[in-house]
Amino acid sequence: MSIQSPLARARGLGSAKDGVGHWWAQRVSAVALVPLTFWFVFSIAAQAGSGGDAMIVWIASPVSAVLLVLYMAAVFYHSQLGLQVVVEDYVHHEGLKLFTLLALQFANILLAAGAIFSVLYIALGGGR
Amino acid sequence: MAEFRLPKNSRVTNGKHFPAEGNPKNLKTFRVYRWDPDSGENPRMDSYDIDLDSCGPMVLDALIKIKNEVDPSLTFRRSCREGICGSCAFNIDGTNTLACTKGIDEVKGDVKVYPLPHMPVVKDLVPDLTHFYAQYASIEPWIKTDTPAPTRERLQTPEDRKHLDGLYECILCACCSTSCPSYWWNPDRYLGPAILLQAYRWLADSRDERTGERLDMLEDPFKLYRCHTIMNCTNTCPKDLNPAKAIAETKKMLLERRG
Repeated sequence: MSIQSPLARARGLGSAKDGVGHWWAQRVSAVALVPLTFWFVFSIAAQAGSGGDAMIVWIASPVSAVLLVLYMAAVFYHSQLGLQVVVEDYVHHEGLKLFTLLALQFANILLAAGAIFSVLYIALGGGR
Repeated sequence: MAEFRLPKNSRVTNGKHFPAEGNPKNLKTFRVYRWDPDSGENPRMDSYDIDLDSCGPMVLDALIKIKNEVDPSLTFRRSCREGICGSCAFNIDGTNTLACTKGIDEVKGDVKVYPLPHMPVVKDLVPDLTHFYAQYASIEPWIKTDTPAPTRERLQTPEDRKHLDGLYECILCACCSTSCPSYWWNPDRYLGPAILLQAYRWLADSRDERTGERLDMLEDPFKLYRCHTIMNCTNTCPKDLNPAKAIAETKKMLLERRG
């Protein structure tokens, strides 16, 4: 129970004067993901049944490698931006919110680094 | 976290049934949400059989008939009965709208009337709109100028005046804000579609001189960017306005000023 005035409660901590950057980054990454996802799905489908060696040759080709790195970066960046919004919408306990946001950020960066490293490892001839 | 069940003392039970007197032919059943803060009882749905041959055509006519002739304890807000005051906003047949402009014949089956969703209830169909009005006050909904007042009206071209069409008609009935899931989950910080449409009404006014300051106030992950373009607001507006578009225009202005 608080005896704050309704206006004080409505104003709260005031405006963060921030948010347009996050909103725009979400749109830009979404637009980038449209052609990249089409390319990725069609390319993987085209590789169906051609075996592991052919797959490695495909990943190692410069165009595929560059586009795969961009795709992985865009996927996990967009995922981070979107999941952050979901948490802000639904998690109202400040401590739990902070923990979840940190965990998501670390998870997305870890997954992006792992995915990009995998592509580069193959493309630059590691393990061969 | 989001709550998916009502608290125990808020679960709605079946209430009393009020049959129509005599033997009327044109019957319609109205199921109305009732809650009395003084009784300590759970909310209930009372049902009233109403003879439509002796009732006006709108849902509000039936509610007034119930209050006058059947059950004077039924509590609701109403005033102008012509869709301009915004008092009689309820959730009718699953959609937020004004009882005075909602025809009874538009509803198939029983007419279910609830208070506006996800607001604290004062009694029966009366929600507590204190915070909603305080949020309206927080956007400072009046013209702000630094140029000294002219000796006559502040002029505006007919083209500039047109930008206010679809905005000035808003009657602040709160149908849109209380239909918005983002407003349900974060009403404390998210301004909601009604208040954001009103805020844009001043951003769009060519006579106002504090557009930048207004944008500063709105640029916030919670005040503005909780809007995920769900469009319930536009779908439900009893005045056929488009709050979702007003919010999108505000986001466009913020992007434009960023370069």
